[in-house]
Amino acid sequence: MSLLFRSRQQGAQQVKISGFRRFVMFWVHNAQQAVASLGELARYPLASLMTMAVLGLSLTLPATLYVVVKNTETIGADWQHASEITLFLRKDLSQQEVSTFHKRLSLSNDVESVRWIDKNEALQEFREASGFGDALNALENNPLPDVLLVLPVANKRGTAQAQALAQQLSNEREVEQVRLDLDWLQRLEALLNLVRDGLLALATLLCVAVVLIVGNTIRLNINSKRDEIMVMKLVGATDGFIQRPFLYTGVWYGFVGGFIAWLATAMVIWWISGAVADISELYQSQFRLSGLNFNEMMVLWLVAIGLGLLGSYIAVRKHVRTIEPQ
Amino acid sequence: MIKFEQVSKTYPGGFQALNNVSFHLEPGEMAFLTGHSGAGKSTLLKLISMMERPTAGRVLINGHDLKRINVRQIPYVRRDIGMIFQDHRLLMDKTVLDNVALPLLIEGYSMQEARKRVQAALEKVGLGDKLRHYPMMLSGGEQQRVGIARAVVNKPPLLLADEPTGNLDPKLSSEIIKLFEDFNRVGVSVLIATHDLGLIARLRYRTLTLRDGRMINDGLQEEG
Repeated sequence: MSLLFRSRQQGAQQVKISGFRRFVMFWVHNAQQAVASLGELARYPLASLMTMAVLGLSLTLPATLYVVVKNTETIGADWQHASEITLFLRKDLSQQEVSTFHKRLSLSNDVESVRWIDKNEALQEFREASGFGDALNALENNPLPDVLLVLPVANKRGTAQAQALAQQLSNEREVEQVRLDLDWLQRLEALLNLVRDGLLALATLLCVAVVLIVGNTIRLNINSKRDEIMVMKLVGATDGFIQRPFLYTGVWYGFVGGFIAWLATAMVIWWISGAVADISELYQSQFRLSGLNFNEMMVLWLVAIGLGLLGSYIAVRKHVRTIEPQ
Repeated sequence: MIKFEQVSKTYPGGFQALNNVSFHLEPGEMAFLTGHSGAGKSTLLKLISMMERPTAGRVLINGHDLKRINVRQIPYVRRDIGMIFQDHRLLMDKTVLDNVALPLLIEGYSMQEARKRVQAALEKVGLGDKLRHYPMMLSGGEQQRVGIARAVVNKPPLLLADEPTGNLDPKLSSEIIKLFEDFNRVGVSVLIATHDLGLIARLRYRTLTLRDGRMINDGLQEEG
């Protein structure tokens, strides 16, 4: 509807376009503008690619760090049994006494499971694995004690609780010695927290940088089209109409930038995976670095597109409005 | 159609471009606005197209007070006004078709729907075969006519022209004015700012005269 001339109809009404059709056309127009923005970018491929590469490579660093943290966490999860308490029992206990103690512990509320390593079986295993078979045969009696591996219930696996439980168990008559290896796990956890916090700070900084870079690029873009924007305003274009191509430009920056981030992250992970494989071999582990999965790739992509859009939105809000026809 | 009620415009810095100007242009009327440069012609047109706001007084278009139009509504006001400039303000990197289609695309036409009307508007100004040309490939007079085609393509009820014949020789000028007369004949109100007194003298239209920001003759009373 025309504001000043009630009888005058605007384009879409004049050619009698139905509401549904107009809705469809809105999206068709958007798609056209998106393609047009892409075409505009293709006119200056080098400059566009540079902005996209800045965006992509800025996201590569946090993405790679994320992959490293994720993988380290899986190692940590594998070693959850580190809060397992090892009880070395007195050697003078009879089979019967050990069995009773085993059952008593299993019934305790603090304990999830108890695994009993029978001293005879352990000796047998040691004999086969170590190659000291003959030497061991020379021994008169079994030097190994019975061992119980106690896994606390889930909420007692924390460092302090596990230590308290170990203390408590050490007072048992049957127990000779208690071992609980938590220190290194604590250190790993603290280290992981540090890396995680650092990652968050770094990612935030880089995201802000990306928004500023995209915003500045779009601002230059807007300024170079000053005359065109003025003419559009003179013939009645709304700010929204003028903004849209620039917003799409931002989206394209993110779209391609996200893709670059995938590639770069994959390459960095490929690069360090050899070194990781060497280390895990030294620890006789089958551990292999796993890269970004599908969901994580989609999140990375959406973040890239979101940052591109945000950067261009900020630039557009600030600068399109200030350009007024003279 | 256009009504000024004691309108004054003072620019920041204290320059008074318009001083207590009142006039009324009837619907379907064609008029010239004249005065030496700096007399306030451009300012008067800018007040109508809302590129400036008056410091005092009221500007009405079709009975609507422009004071009540907020910033977000300005684009919709401009869609009702066809504007033609001395420097024609075409987009040099777009074809004639794209230039003239711009007001239609802004209103939500698809290019296919717009093309027919662009063709018609260009036929009207005698450039029906220049759709695919770029403005740089056209002469000054042709560029001006592309500007006119763009101004009329969405059939606005009001045309404003700021020195439309400024850079053209007399023959081209009268061709341009003939175009305006054609639009006026189908009911469009036309206001042309010009200092081409010869042109005004040949054509006997109402002439509003500004001097130093004052309306010294609104064209209705005989000059004394």
